Amino acid sequence: MISIIDYGAGNLKSVNHALNKLGFEAEIISSKEKINQSTALILPGVGAFEDAMNQLRDLDLVDCIKDNVQAGKPILGICLGMQLFYEKSYENGEWEGLGLLEGEVVRFGDQLKVPHMGWNNLIPGPNFDAQNGIGTGIEQKDYTYFVHSYYVKPKNREEVVLGSDYGIEFPAVVQKNNIYGMQFHPEKSSEVGMTLLKNFGELIT
Amino acid sequence: MLAKRIIPCLDVRNGRVVKGQKFQNIVDVDDPVKLAKVYSEMGADELVFYDITASNEERNIFIDVVERTAEQVHIPFTVGGGIRSVEDFRKVLKAGADKVSVNSAAVKNPQIIQEAARKFGSQCVVLSIDVKQKEDGQWTVFLNGGRMDTGKDALEWAIEGERLGAGEIVLNAMDTDGVKTGFSTDITKGISEHVNIPVVASGGAGKIEHFLDVLTEGKADAALAASVFHFGEIEMKDLKDYLYENGVEVRRV
Repeated sequence: MISIIDYGAGNLKSVNHALNKLGFEAEIISSKEKINQSTALILPGVGAFEDAMNQLRDLDLVDCIKDNVQAGKPILGICLGMQLFYEKSYENGEWEGLGLLEGEVVRFGDQLKVPHMGWNNLIPGPNFDAQNGIGTGIEQKDYTYFVHSYYVKPKNREEVVLGSDYGIEFPAVVQKNNIYGMQFHPEKSSEVGMTLLKNFGELIT
Repeated sequence: MLAKRIIPCLDVRNGRVVKGQKFQNIVDVDDPVKLAKVYSEMGADELVFYDITASNEERNIFIDVVERTAEQVHIPFTVGGGIRSVEDFRKVLKAGADKVSVNSAAVKNPQIIQEAARKFGSQCVVLSIDVKQKEDGQWTVFLNGGRMDTGKDALEWAIEGERLGAGEIVLNAMDTDGVKTGFSTDITKGISEHVNIPVVASGGAGKIEHFLDVLTEGKADAALAASVFHFGEIEMKDLKDYLYENGVEVRRV
């Protein structure tokens, strides 16, 4: 069972629908028990970094998520969910994240329109393998749907599976051991997004 | 590189997609969820659903359309029409919409933009602006399907909308809506150059050249159209190929 963590941040149904369509068992949950029982986690997220961390703290889920991930349970962070994996975000202030991955979350420069909204193509990164892992079957001509004003500056470039370019190149898919992050919305990225979610589902089952 | 988006717009009344000209002469087109799926498969980048119903009963039918679309279609979609409060935002977002567009309610009460942006994030707050050009050349904001001139300057309202927290602007030029003589490139460019959020051009699409024009000359980030897609006058694939051949970054499927 894939548990989609509901902490009050946005549209979880689309992720659930997409996983169900692919034939994976998934449910939207918000309790520690359910997180502990699941085989994999999805941390979605739309909205502000500070609010999201506060909500996770209010629900007392921070340590529970960390413990499960550190014990090796696969987790996929989507959009803000991926950003929460990192140590620190500068979104309207300076906020501490989950610290599962090393790096920071910073804002796009104002020379381009912000949010970065729409379909952008994926660029293979150091951790990309077209035959194996989360990037299986993905090509450079493939586009996914992004909506974000902040992006991740990872400390370890080798964790970047796929990047994208919006004035600067930034991580679109990252992976370290059992931790996966997607800056775009795979559940809204048509066939390419479904391929990526399918890859995740197959990696954990 | 970020692609320019092509967005079919579906006006929904009583659970059906309909199309009119200058907000009149309404004809029945198709089932919204079925049409949404077809467009998604053909390579539409996003969809917009406008609720043009009046009664509460029909409103529930519309919410059902939104829910079924979210289940079956895996591209982003915006919902607009009849959004009057933050509670209306919540309802359609909960039903599965990715963005919500607000028009006349924001003119009457600009705070709704700020409240919705604070509550749900700017990324899902779309400010839809209906504009018409006056004889002296000024573009002003209109309400009630183009019947009421607010006197508000279009550019000033767009800038104000961004300041209040809108994450995107849909600019609907009403003189050209449904008449297929081309998008209003000048006002689209004027607004796109003065805001730092995406601008979606709407109203007037008739030929594929119109799309090229507004996405290059007009500096629009996306172009929205209805009848040219509904009636098969322009095929999504042909449009994307044409734009690509003319140097516009587009997502082709």
